Amino acid sequence: MSKVRLLVGTRKGAFVLTSDGKREKWDVSGPHFAGWEIYHVKGSPVDPNRVYASQSSGWFGQIIQRSNDGGKTWEQAGNKFLYDGVAGTHQWYDGTPHPWEFKRVWHLEPSLKNVDEVYAGAEDAALFHSTDSGQNWEELSGLRKHGSGPHWQPGAGGMCLHTVILDPSDPKRIYIAISAAGAFRTDDGGQTWKPINKGLRSQQIPDQDAEVGHCVHHIAMHPSRPGTLFMQKHWDVMRSDNAGDSWQEVSGNLPTDFGFVIDVHAHEPETVFVVPIKSDSEHYPLDGQLRVYRSKSGGNEWEALTKGLPQKDCYVNVLRDAMSVDSLDSCGVYFGTTGGQVYGSSDAGDSWTPIVHDLPAVLSVEVQTLA
Amino acid sequence: MIRVELPAHLRTLAGVKGEVTLEVAEPVTLRSVLDVLEASYPMLQGTIRDHGTLKRRSFLRFFACEEDLSHESPDALLPEAVANGKEPLLVIGAIAGG
Repeated sequence: MSKVRLLVGTRKGAFVLTSDGKREKWDVSGPHFAGWEIYHVKGSPVDPNRVYASQSSGWFGQIIQRSNDGGKTWEQAGNKFLYDGVAGTHQWYDGTPHPWEFKRVWHLEPSLKNVDEVYAGAEDAALFHSTDSGQNWEELSGLRKHGSGPHWQPGAGGMCLHTVILDPSDPKRIYIAISAAGAFRTDDGGQTWKPINKGLRSQQIPDQDAEVGHCVHHIAMHPSRPGTLFMQKHWDVMRSDNAGDSWQEVSGNLPTDFGFVIDVHAHEPETVFVVPIKSDSEHYPLDGQLRVYRSKSGGNEWEALTKGLPQKDCYVNVLRDAMSVDSLDSCGVYFGTTGGQVYGSSDAGDSWTPIVHDLPAVLSVEVQTLA
Repeated sequence: MIRVELPAHLRTLAGVKGEVTLEVAEPVTLRSVLDVLEASYPMLQGTIRDHGTLKRRSFLRFFACEEDLSHESPDALLPEAVANGKEPLLVIGAIAGG
């Protein structure tokens, strides 16, 4: 019997939610690391019992936790995230140079091939790499030392590297995204990087189609089509069919194209989910109605999915890493809100059920489909 | 014997209850105490002082004998009462956030 395990990071701890393949009844375990901000928890696709968690605090800094039993017990891994060489400066909010300072890990991406290999996306923006289960970290500094680095600027949430996508067809190709620098790709395992922002337009920067400076919120890829990417930008939903070399807007009939999350159906690479948010200053759904929008055509035509979701007086946000899909035959879709709800759908979004109502604000949701 | 009182979250990380006691060679300074603390409890590295710079994390304070020592030089001698174990060195999370 298949099982599903949700790994939920919140403002005040991590939670592990488990269910059988029916996804009707859920066991809740947690809070793990109570009182700490858990930006991300993610399991290894090689061994689902290996789970990594980013635990951080404004007081005590960054901790990395590692589990070898699917999140039941944890051991502390390494937390020495040092920038390679002279860190240099990026732009501050007011445009002045500001030294690169490590603050936290936003995203952990375990390797597709090696259980002991994992990547960490950090604020201030940098990509770190570990080959010993998170014990030691080395910066892949070719990214930060890309010539445009001094011009990168933080978004409202900080200058975070929040998205790391490993190409299943090419182990040397990695995509990352930074708020507010944009998307980048390496084709040589992280030694060199190129900005992949052609086609993005952002009114918030002086040169609206500049090579860097775009506030990319999240990127999603279906593993069967690694050259096709879907992006939720600050404003605009975009797609690329050439590995990010160029992008086209596919916001189509969305009621607002601002948002944070974006994900792709496990079995239908042209079926995409977003949660439209009213605006950059009003981080909640339009009209107090929490609606997931689904496109079955790879964008442009979108349908509202509302069954089981609150349709009045709902003013929560859904943050960039807080949506995930399982790979059961009937694809499950899950997302968490800043109001502490985690909603699940076992029918690809047609209907939704709250799995938990009252967690701390949800920062991330990842799902593991277990045999 | 030097006594150090840690905030609850750091006691959890270190797996200790109550005060930590450390053997610290003279001169007893913030730096020498924290060096021994981090050597004895490596899981605390980076949580009180930043890796690399070894600067005190912004939202932590060092108190002892009803004095705020946070802005003292890390190489200044700690009060005699701390050095002889009569009083603990307190590592305190600053009042900030929720």
